[in-house]
Amino acid sequence: MLAVLLGGASASVAAGDGVPLPNPAKAFKGQQCIEPVGTMRRLHGEYLIHQRDETLRQGIRGKKYSLRQCIACHATTSPDVENGTVRTIQPFCAECHAYAAVTIDCFSCHTGKAEDDVKTGSAYPDIPSHNKRKPWAGKDSSAVALLDSLKAELDKGSPSP
Amino acid sequence: MTSPSNKKAVTPPIDAARRNLLKGAGALTVTLAAGVTLISPARAQIMVRKSGQPASSDIRWGLLIDANKCTVDCEVCVVACRTENGWEGHGRPETDPQWIRKVNLKDKKTGVRVSLPVMCQHCETPPCVDVCPTGASMKRADGIVLVDKHICIGCRYCMMACPYKARSFVHEDVTNQKPYQPRGKGTVEACTFCVHRVDAGRIPACVEACTEKAYGALTFGDLNDPSSEISKQVSRYVTTRIRADLGLEPGVIYRGI
Repeated sequence: MLAVLLGGASASVAAGDGVPLPNPAKAFKGQQCIEPVGTMRRLHGEYLIHQRDETLRQGIRGKKYSLRQCIACHATTSPDVENGTVRTIQPFCAECHAYAAVTIDCFSCHTGKAEDDVKTGSAYPDIPSHNKRKPWAGKDSSAVALLDSLKAELDKGSPSP
Repeated sequence: MTSPSNKKAVTPPIDAARRNLLKGAGALTVTLAAGVTLISPARAQIMVRKSGQPASSDIRWGLLIDANKCTVDCEVCVVACRTENGWEGHGRPETDPQWIRKVNLKDKKTGVRVSLPVMCQHCETPPCVDVCPTGASMKRADGIVLVDKHICIGCRYCMMACPYKARSFVHEDVTNQKPYQPRGKGTVEACTFCVHRVDAGRIPACVEACTEKAYGALTFGDLNDPSSEISKQVSRYVTTRIRADLGLEPGVIYRGI
C-alpha cells in the first residue's frame, strides 16, 4: 500500500500535475504498525483522542494506541530539528498534515522527542547540603553503615514474614 | 515507630549507633518479630493496577504531612516536584507556575515556627471541578484531582475557586516537557500526586525525596485501606486539614499544625 502510494507520488511529481503527494519517512524501528497502514492513515486521530480521554480521565494505562508509541517508532532525525541530534516525530506528522492543511496541536504540550536517552527513573537531584541535616549523617559512621546495609536489604526486597 | 517489645528482639544489644539509627530512621518501619522484616513505607510498593483497568474508587489516595518533622529551610520536596514534572520559574513570581510551595508560619505569642508544604489538596468535593465550564477540571475515581488540558480553555475560574491557591496558569511557551507530563501555554495545571508514578506503583516524587533526602515528613498511601501506613498514622494521631471548616475533605492531611 505504502509502495503503491509512494509510486503514485513520484509519478505525479514526474507528470508535474499539482502539489506532490506527501512522502512520510519510514518508521525508525519496527516493520509493522499496530493497524494496517490505510486504517492508521484514516483513523489515527480517532484512536488517539479516544484513548487519551480513557487514560487521563479514567486512569486506564497500557492500551494499544499511545502517542508515546507513535513517537517510539516514527520519530526521526531531521536537519531542521536541533541539527539532527534528536529524534522527534514532528517531521513525520508534518509531512501529511502540511499537505492536508490540518493543524495539530499535540506538540504544543506533549514532547515529540523519542525517549532513547530519557531516564525513566526518579528525577530528583542530589542535594549534598540536605544530607547534613540527616540526624545520622556525618555523626556516627557505624550507624550510617548499618543504615546503608538495611537499605541494601530493602532494595533486594524484604523476606515474607 | 518501633515498639519496646520489638526493640528487645534486636540483636546485638542496643548500642549508640543503633540508637542513632533508630532515631534517625523515622522513615523506616523496622519490624523485628518473626525473623527480621524491614518495611519502608515510602519504598513499599503501592498496588499497581493491571494494564487496561480504570482507576477505582476503592482507593482514596492521600498524603499525610507531619509538620513536626518538616523544617523551615528545607525545600527538597519543592525541588523534587519541579525536577520530576519539569515546571520552572522565569524569575516572575506573580505568574510563574508553582505546583508545591513551602509555607512558613510563626506564632507571634510563643515564637514557635512551623513549616509545611502546600500543594493541590485533592479535595473530595473540589470547588475547582464545580466551577469549570468545560469539564476539564476533574476528579479521578481514586480521588486524584486533575486538569484535562485537552479541553482546558484557560479561563482560570478554577484558580479563583481554589481556597488553597494550588493551581497555576502557564503564561509562557513551554519546551522540553517530560514525556509523561505534558504542559502547555494557556492551560491551568497543578499537583497531580505524580499520577504517572502512582499508576506505575510508585510514590510521588516529593514523598520519595523527603523520605530519602530529608526528614521523612511525608507519607503517601491509600486512605481507604486500614492497613496502609497513612491510615495507621491518621488513626493514631490527631490530624487536621487546612481550612477544614470548608468541608472539602482534602486528601492532603496535616499533623502538627
